[in-house]
Amino acid sequence: MQNTPSRTGPSIRLIVACAIPILIVLVVLPRFIDVYQLQLFTYGLIYAIAALGFNLLLGYTGLLSFGHSAYFGIGAYSAAFLVRYFGIGSIEVYILVGLVFTGLISAAFGYVCVRHTRIFFGILTLALSQVLWTLAYKFFWVTGGTDGLRVAFANLTLLGGLIDFKGRNAYQAFVHSYYYYVLFLFCVCTLLMWVIVHSPFGKALQAIRDNETRAQFLGIPIRRYRWLAFLLSGSFTGLAGILWVPLNGLVTPDILYWPFSGEIVFMTVLGGFRTFSGPIIGAIVFNYLKVYAVASTAYWQFLLGAVLLVLVLALPTGIVGTLSRQFGKLRKRG
Amino acid sequence: MNLLETINLKKYFGDTHAVDNVSLTVAEREFVSLVGPNGAGKTSLINVISALLPSDSGKILFKGEDITQSTVTERVKAGIARSFQIVNLFDDLTAFDNVTLAIFSRQGKTANLAALAHLDHAVSAEADTVLRNFNLVGKRNERARDLSQGERKLLDVALAYALRPKLLFLDEPTSGVSTRDKGQIMDTIASVVRGEGITAVIVEHDMDVVFKYSDRIVVMQQGAILAQGTPDEIKNNDQVAMVLLGSSGPDAFTRKD
Repeated sequence: MQNTPSRTGPSIRLIVACAIPILIVLVVLPRFIDVYQLQLFTYGLIYAIAALGFNLLLGYTGLLSFGHSAYFGIGAYSAAFLVRYFGIGSIEVYILVGLVFTGLISAAFGYVCVRHTRIFFGILTLALSQVLWTLAYKFFWVTGGTDGLRVAFANLTLLGGLIDFKGRNAYQAFVHSYYYYVLFLFCVCTLLMWVIVHSPFGKALQAIRDNETRAQFLGIPIRRYRWLAFLLSGSFTGLAGILWVPLNGLVTPDILYWPFSGEIVFMTVLGGFRTFSGPIIGAIVFNYLKVYAVASTAYWQFLLGAVLLVLVLALPTGIVGTLSRQFGKLRKRG
Repeated sequence: MNLLETINLKKYFGDTHAVDNVSLTVAEREFVSLVGPNGAGKTSLINVISALLPSDSGKILFKGEDITQSTVTERVKAGIARSFQIVNLFDDLTAFDNVTLAIFSRQGKTANLAALAHLDHAVSAEADTVLRNFNLVGKRNERARDLSQGERKLLDVALAYALRPKLLFLDEPTSGVSTRDKGQIMDTIASVVRGEGITAVIVEHDMDVVFKYSDRIVVMQQGAILAQGTPDEIKNNDQVAMVLLGSSGPDAFTRKD
């Protein structure tokens, strides 16, 4: 799915025809893989939501944020605070409250950051995320410091209390149910983001990315649209953070620290930030790469770095970008 | 009635007087050419009027209202549009998408993030009409970066035109294109501008083009207005001929050395 439209815009029929088989595979997937693999894949889908949000800024607006860990972390800590201080177990409440907090922080940080572009924008986003990390790290009597806050799946309920996880095989039941919950939200987020990037607003963002001066001379309010893109981007990433907490069971300041922002950047670049589906693929692949690198050696950062270096050098337009280019070449030959 | 009026407009870059006390009026539906040697301040003047550059002093009145302090967006909304000396397009978007963006912006629809852009059939039809007017309908689905220089120049003007401006600034719309294409581009632009009754101010070096299409010519030198008048008056102005051609006398502009 290239972001450049075809004759009359993207073909909805073609997209639906491609999406239905993928969706069927995703729905039946839990029948064919074990709980651990399903859990891994659920992480991948959650990171994909974060990367989709991140790419609204990088791929469509041309702004490289090095601080998206902040919004992921705010979402995660919002859910953890609701458990710790209010004893709430409903994921829907986590989502509602978490999105409000993420939205407020994104709006405030975005207001400051979009006044600048290029490296200045990147540094500001990094600095602001580090402020949040410091707060989470130092205010340990509230945040639990490096010990973090636990969010036990056993207290969690889905669909307003219709589904809970007690008794035997509760963890397996949780992973299965949670996978479908995340899959549903992933589909909603993907659809929402697809509409956004193909809307007049999405086109205006691409115009700002390609040529800010010309966009200004078409009467497009550059700073306001950048801010709105920032707010949406942060909110998507925040939702991912909210969904991540129950699966991970623990939130620590690491999730607010800059290396996690770097991981979101890497997921997106690995998949291909010039394509709509690139960040989704990149997030899922990166998650597997990281998990298996950690499992195979103590020097996993070195291994992961080497693998990523090779991938980036060999696939400069990302996995999806490279595949679409090869597919395009084959079609021309055919 | 004057659509545009500048009063003692100044823009200095250090010791360089890019725009020096320029008082200029442009009447509605007039086709005015700004000419002058390189560095005369033609582009700086339209950059200041269109708000790409802030003025140091002086006033800009548009439709009788003082717009000196207004932003680019406010001037665009008021009805001022422009094309650029170095073509300024959204290179990764198709010619069609470039034009639809201008139409969406004019209609205040760019804030809409809940509808698919390509399903707005009224905007698509209007974009096709604009492309047809500029002889670009055959290039509808080509990316802007893949168009020829002449087509890119036309698309640049088409974007400004799609805003349905009252006043259109065209900064060297034929620079960098072949002599044959120059005539076609100017014929297309003139027919659209005259047909729609748009007021146009054009910066141009080619005096054949200037004499053929202008109602009035304004000659600039060192940031100031040296002379202005109809094409015939300018043709017979020895001072202008000396500045522009380095020679004067009868038929200076038609002599082929």
